[in-house]
Amino acid sequence: MGVLLILIGYFLGAAFDSAITGLVIAILLWVILSLVAYFQGDSILLSMSRAKKIKRDDHPRLYNVVEEMRIASGLEKMPDIYIIDDPALNAFATGRDPNRASVAITSGLLQKLNRDELQGVIGHEISHIKNRDVLLMAMCGVLLGTIVLLAWYGGRLLIFGGAGSRRSSSSGGGGGAIIILVLALVFMILAPIFAQLIYFAISRKREYLADASSALYTRYPEGLASALEKLGASTGQLKSANKATAPMYIINPFRKKGMKASDLSSTHPPISERIRILRAMAGASFNNYDQAYRQVHGGMGVIPAASLTAETVPIATMKLEGEAGEPTEIQRARETSDVMWRMSNYNTIICDCGAKLRVPPNFKEPQIKCPHCGRTHQI
Amino acid sequence: MLPVYIIIGVVVVLAIILFVLYNGLVRLRNQVKNAWAQIDVQLKRRHDLIPNLVETVKGYMKFERETLEAVTKARNIAQQASSAGAGERAKAEGELSSALSRLLAVVERYPDLKANQNFLALQEELTSTENKISFSRQFYNDSVLRYNNQTQMVPSNVVASMFGFKASEFFEVTVAAEREAPKVSFTQ
Repeated sequence: MGVLLILIGYFLGAAFDSAITGLVIAILLWVILSLVAYFQGDSILLSMSRAKKIKRDDHPRLYNVVEEMRIASGLEKMPDIYIIDDPALNAFATGRDPNRASVAITSGLLQKLNRDELQGVIGHEISHIKNRDVLLMAMCGVLLGTIVLLAWYGGRLLIFGGAGSRRSSSSGGGGGAIIILVLALVFMILAPIFAQLIYFAISRKREYLADASSALYTRYPEGLASALEKLGASTGQLKSANKATAPMYIINPFRKKGMKASDLSSTHPPISERIRILRAMAGASFNNYDQAYRQVHGGMGVIPAASLTAETVPIATMKLEGEAGEPTEIQRARETSDVMWRMSNYNTIICDCGAKLRVPPNFKEPQIKCPHCGRTHQI
Repeated sequence: MLPVYIIIGVVVVLAIILFVLYNGLVRLRNQVKNAWAQIDVQLKRRHDLIPNLVETVKGYMKFERETLEAVTKARNIAQQASSAGAGERAKAEGELSSALSRLLAVVERYPDLKANQNFLALQEELTSTENKISFSRQFYNDSVLRYNNQTQMVPSNVVASMFGFKASEFFEVTVAAEREAPKVSFTQ
């Protein structure tokens, strides 16, 4: 993609003044955008998605699961945990290096998943952090953005701008100059498309790798598979996602209902395929994932050869749904909504009759009456 | 003059290879140490949680004296084994794990206890600590495998024996009780 950027800068420059100017503009633009993405990317992303940071006591189970996955992956620092108040089902990881990382999950997903599934999803996100995918995708995204921007402006300038007049005043041009102009025009149109395709290909490859890592960390591919099944069945779109942030999420936030093909033009592989690969795994190692991938998808494997080892890691034994201490979906929903209310500074009072009173932060009275049984409570 | 340069060149290349191999071994050994520290933290956490758990559960479980005593006893033995080597420690902790899982299996029979908020929070902590122990063990054993491979494979084994890098011990749970499902007896 870097080559594409430099070429586009070169042609842009060639068409107007000198190739060098174009190159300088392209590289300068790219450097500035990269610096912004590097230093501010995570906070921009988190504030755009209106995520709220939680502490251990806000949601002990989520915190524990993240810590479990941190230990399993050998990550040294505990990532920050955020909850996005949105019924859509999704999760993402961000942060430029493993020591400054965050994991975010929507409240919808949090109440939909049981512990094993949550572990699978968090394992997937932690491995994005561990593999430094966040930085990779941010840099690729910026490169893509720069190419698109340059191509767009370049195209406008080339068509409407002073290319013709400039040419008549300069050294006369001739056949060569026209060929360059045509080449430049074709390139302006094709470059963004190619860049996009490369970007999507990288993104999909990292998703497969993260799935494989999640299976390895949890030793339980079925957890992630069944979480993906729930994610796939949902139709809600995340309100706060946009095109630039799409590859950070666990599933493509723009997926339309029934969309499956999406082979070349999506940041994520089709969910059904990811599930089939996970379920076809004979063990939990990268090697097993690679074999399962070849079996489901055909063709070459997807895991970088350097991380492949010959061993097979056994899958953990089947865990039981509704095991002792495992909250039901209704309990999880209550738990999550308690957290959301608390984070918006609402005061929750549980009345003796069982009613829950949510007192808004701007309620000034010293006491409140339960509307259900009429008892008064001090605030 | 030329042979001197060749000799110097060979020495420099050998020195660089030595540095790289040595540093690689040190990195792996530190990772093993770090992973061991992680296990240690989680095992200590479990030891700290148990008196609390026993205290909460005692009032509800009148007929489970033996189960509770077994847990306390296993915990004390495990705590004493804290300073021992990986093998012995793993055995003591394995006993504790099986005693605990027997206790948690019995909880099913006490609906009052299952409704107790305090107990639920403790149970979440305990479940999570068990998971953390097994995940940190998993990471430790992976690190040990990588480190031991490096100390045994050519050419890093030469460097390893030169500077005294010894193979580490795995943290294996060999207690049969942890593998089989906890038995729940209905005789009192």
